[in-house]
Order: sequence, then C-alpha cells, then structure tokens
Amino acid sequence: MRLSYTKALNRALTDALAADPAVCVFGEDIGAGMAGPTLNLLDRFGPGRIVDTPLSEQAFTSMAIGAALTGRRPVIEFQIPSLLFLVFEQLVNQAHKFSLMTGGQAAVPLTCLVPGSGSRDGWAGQHSDHPYGLFAHAGVKTVVPATPTDAYGLLRSAIADPDPVVVFAPAAALPVRETVTWELAPIPLGSARIHRAGTDVTVVAVGHLVHDALAVAEELAPELSVEVFDPRTLYPFDWAALAASLERTGRLVVIDDSNRSCGIGAEVLATAAEEMRLVAPPRRITRPDGAVLPFAPALDRAVQPHRDQLRAALRAFGPLRPPHGEDPAR
Amino acid sequence: MLRLVRGFEELALGLVRSGEITGGIHPYIGQEAVAVGVCAALRPQDRITSTHRGHGHVLAKGADPARLLAELLGRTGGLNRGRGGSMHAADFSLGILGANGMVGAGGAIAVGAAWSARQAGEDRVAVAFFGDGALNQGVLLESLNLAAMWRLPVLFVCENNGYATTLPAATAVAGSATGRAAAFGIPAAEVDGMDTEAVRSAAAAAVERAAAGGGPGFLECRTYRFEGHHTMERLMKLHYRTPEEVADWRALDPLPRAAALLPPGLAAELDASVEQQLGAAREFALASEHPSPERALEHLYADGLRPRAGHRG
Ligand SMILES: Cc1ncc(C[n+]2csc(CCOP(=O)(O)OP(=O)(O)O)c2C)c(N)n1
Ligand SMILES: [Mg+2]
Repeated sequence: MRLSYTKALNRALTDALAADPAVCVFGEDIGAGMAGPTLNLLDRFGPGRIVDTPLSEQAFTSMAIGAALTGRRPVIEFQIPSLLFLVFEQLVNQAHKFSLMTGGQAAVPLTCLVPGSGSRDGWAGQHSDHPYGLFAHAGVKTVVPATPTDAYGLLRSAIADPDPVVVFAPAAALPVRETVTWELAPIPLGSARIHRAGTDVTVVAVGHLVHDALAVAEELAPELSVEVFDPRTLYPFDWAALAASLERTGRLVVIDDSNRSCGIGAEVLATAAEEMRLVAPPRRITRPDGAVLPFAPALDRAVQPHRDQLRAALRAFGPLRPPHGEDPAR
Repeated sequence: MLRLVRGFEELALGLVRSGEITGGIHPYIGQEAVAVGVCAALRPQDRITSTHRGHGHVLAKGADPARLLAELLGRTGGLNRGRGGSMHAADFSLGILGANGMVGAGGAIAVGAAWSARQAGEDRVAVAFFGDGALNQGVLLESLNLAAMWRLPVLFVCENNGYATTLPAATAVAGSATGRAAAFGIPAAEVDGMDTEAVRSAAAAAVERAAAGGGPGFLECRTYRFEGHHTMERLMKLHYRTPEEVADWRALDPLPRAAALLPPGLAAELDASVEQQLGAAREFALASEHPSPERALEHLYADGLRPRAGHRG
C-alpha cells in the first residue's frame, strides 16, 4: 500500500474514532476535510462527533478542555501553526496544569493536530512558524512525526494518551509517501527512531529534516558514517536512546527548523554536554534567533536550515575517514 | 448554607491573618446569596466552573468544608491534596470542575462540559460563575456564541459585584451584561444578587429550560463584596470605594434577610450546627499532613510520567 502522510493522519483519526466513541474532532473547515486529515470524517461519524467550529479558537479549545475533563477525548485540528499562539493560555495554563493543580483528580486527554507547520512556501511571516519548542519548554507532550507510518502511530498514541499532546505535522513532510507492507499500529510517545545507523556522528533531525539528514548522510557516506536519529517525540525526549547513540559516535549535530534561542536544539546540546559522551563540541543548525520568515522564496529558504549547512557542520568535525590508514579520531 | 459559607470565610480570614494560610484568599463575604441560590437550583449531576473567588461556589455545590480548608492550608487532606490552593479548589466527584485563577476561563470550560454531557446522552447542566471583570474577556464572549449556536445546556452566572479589583464596572463594561447575552440570543435576566430566593428561582427556571433542550441562560446577579478584593488589600490604603457605599450594601446583607424567613429559633439552631461543623473542619485541616517536598511534581502527568529534575545528583 502507498501511504501519504496526510492519508496516514486521516487513517489515524478514522481508526481512533471507530475504536472509541469518546473521540471527537473540533476545528475549522473540518467538515469539508479541507486540510486533508479530516476528509470524509463528517460523512462517516456525523456532526455530533466531527464539529465544524466558528473561528473562536480560544473558546473551542477551552471547550475541548471542558469536554476532556468530563470524559471525552477531543482532537482539535488547527489550520495554522500560529493559531497555537492564540490558545497558549488554554493549552499551557489550563490543559497542562489541571492534573497537578487538582491533585490528580482530573486528566485532560486532548490532542492538538497542526497539519502543515513550518514553511509552506509563500505563506510568509504569520503562517510559517514551527512552535514545537514552546510546548516542549512548557512540558506539554510534543510530537513531530517525520514519516507517514510514524504520523499514524504517534497520532493514535497521542489520542489515547491521558494528557494533552500537540502533534506537529511539518508541511515539508506532507508530500512524503511510503510503501507500507505492514499493519499500521500505535507507536509509543517518547521513543526515538534511528533511521540510519552510523558510527562517527549522530545527527538529531526534527520532523521533515529527517529526510534531509538521510540524504546528506548517504551523500557523505564515503567520508563519514552518520547515524540519523529522529526523536519523534520532543517531549518527553528519549534521552536514553540519545545517550546510547552518542556512546557509539561521540559527536552530535542537531538540525531543527525552529528559532535558535531556547530551542529544542539548545536543549539537546545542553543535555548531551552535561550527561553524555562527546569527543568534540556539539553543533546545532536552526532558524536564526527571533526568525520571522520573509515572503520572497529565496529569503524564506535562507532562514530555514538546509543541507549545505548540515554538510558543512559534519565536515567541520575534520577528516574522520581518511582514504587510507586508521581513523584519526580513535 | 449561607451561614456555612460566611462562617467558612471568616474562619479562613482568621487563618490568613495568623499566617497559617499563605498567599491569602479572595473572600466571598457579601456574595453568598449568588452561590447558594444558584447551587440550590442544581441537581447532583450538574457541574460548575468557578473563579478566583470560589469558596462559596465550591461549598454550595457540596464540597466538604474540612477538605476545602485543608486545601487552603496546603495539606494532603485537601480537596486537591494541597496542590491547588484557594484558586484551584475542585471536587470532580461533585461536578466541581475547579475554581480558576484566570478571569473568564471557566466559561468556555463549562460550555465544553455541557457539550460533553449532551454527547454522552446525559441530563446534566453546566454552570459557569464569573465576575463583571470577565465580561471583557474575549474567550467568554466567544463561548456565549458557541453555547447559543449549539443550544447547549449551560447557565452563565455573572456576579456583578461592581468592581474588577479596583476598576468600577461602570467604567469598564459598555452596554450591559444582559445586553451582551441578549445579543447572542441568550435569554438573560437581571437578579437581585443579595436575595437568595430570587437567585434560586431565576436559576431554577434557567436550569429547567436548559435541561429540557431550550439552550443556554444568563443571569446577572447584582451583588457586592464586603471585604477587599483580596486579603492583601487590608495592608494597602486603597480608595476606590467609599465607606458609605460599603455600608449601604452591608445593609442588604443576604444572611439576615434569609434568617428572617425562617421559623423562630431555627436560625440560632443552624448557627450552632454550622459553628460545630466549622470547628471540626478547622481541627481536621490543621491536623492534616503537609505534603513531602519529594512529591512536589506528583500528578503533573496523568500517565505518571516523571519529569526530569531541575538539577543533577
Ligand atoms: C485573565 C486575567 N486577567 C487579570 C487577572 C488578575 N485579576 C485577578 S482577579 C481580577 C479582577 C476580576 O474581577 P471580576 O471578574 O469582577 O471578579 P471579582 O474579583 O470581582 O470577583 C483581576 C484583574 C487574572 N487573574 N486573569
Ligand atoms: Mg467584580
């Protein structure tokens, strides 16, 4: 079966709705399935569970929290990543805090899905953010799947999770297709995936950048052996898997399509520096500090991490595989 | 119940003054007729969301005063095991979805609870209590629209006590509270919030209508808080309202008004039983254990996920 990323999200929603009558979906234009993941859900599950909302993000997000507090398992689809800024109060100050503040009386099993986060080519400043780091910082479970199979499995787990989870589907990953010969299944949150094993450098790549990292790793294979590490869940992060990877490689590059200061890249570097084996200073490739994506295509691309930067960062570790003789780093 | 809420707040004020309750409270004294009147119109299965000034709502919906007091004291015997305090007191087993520290936040949460009940095929009404200050929160106005569009079983109760902290409602709310509700097609009534029976009967009508599928209702209860906005106000010299104004409203105190309706002798009997109940609550709460610091982040995640510590070793 050929599975697209968007179809995988659609399958995950369909299967979750079919499996549990408490699951329901809120969002804008979801009845028409405009963004893709909610296509045909209204026909199959009806307006009682597939709720086309007015453009009142704060109220319908709070409403979903009220529904989650009283036995429902709502999913909200957000049309634009920056809508999350509008509902930061609801997600961070309400949903995330209820369990602790009520002494464990309440849980908020709410999933927020952002299909198309990051740059969508030509959508400019207010439609191109990738604010996953904010949620990881706040301690809200945060998921960024890179592949259709992972998108399916992680969205299923997010919906089943008793806590709020934000799932970012990077716009640049939506065109990815996979030939799937296995049964799609939930994938636990908090477990990383090594897409390519390597022995010289670990590249932690977030979301769609996993595919760029794989391409660069292949290209540089004659020079160095790159392990491509996809955290999949940014919070909680699979630190044990990263430590194991760095035991093997001792070198780290993070490539992360979000702003630099206090970003997830910074957290990965800091944790690796504090707790893990490193034989060289780690590096990160990110958007610049305070980035606002400019409209003009060349400027938009200039602000996003790209393959040249990754190549340069990897080569900066020095010649690790000289054509003849011993590996100098060992 | 009026007596219990008043007595509870007086007891809590004493414990704030003696330093046993940290952080202070937002006293409900003066507004009791609203919480007691509305909650008297509710059925056990109905749900409420409350505010930073929430003790009255929480008690009137049936929470145990001993456990509420233990919560204010940050003890493990508290409603929230000492994790919430005054501004987050909740008892989900009684449909109390929590006091809330953010002004206006409870409105849309109650709308969600009402939607949820309808989804589950359950006959439950949700009540959102909020102040006049919340009338200017966008999310609250958005939630009026959603509740009206979807004809949800929810009752919005605006406790207009005349001030948002020091800001007079007269200088902050354009038009009127009931006019705002009416603009969304929600039946709205203005009620004497110092008269428990008037509040109860208005709430009962709205609850009955909502439960029968008639959609949301809105009550603006005109009331007044006799104490400061927050217990800290005693330490400040604020001049946002005159002593005469406070005295005028104190003359409308809902307690003597309600007591006058009781058969002779009963009021004194109720007073004595409340006093006894509160004495026991105090004893329970002060004897309840303090939570241990190693458990500071317990309950952060419903699945038991343990966050990383803020330091190593
Ligand atoms: C959204 C928000 N803004 C500001 C505050 C700070 N604050 C707490 S209570 C309060 C006044 C609220 O007034 P009102 O809604 O009338 O309730 P009352 O205190 O009169 O009961 C303010 C400004 C807050 N907690 N939440
Ligand atoms: Mg007020």
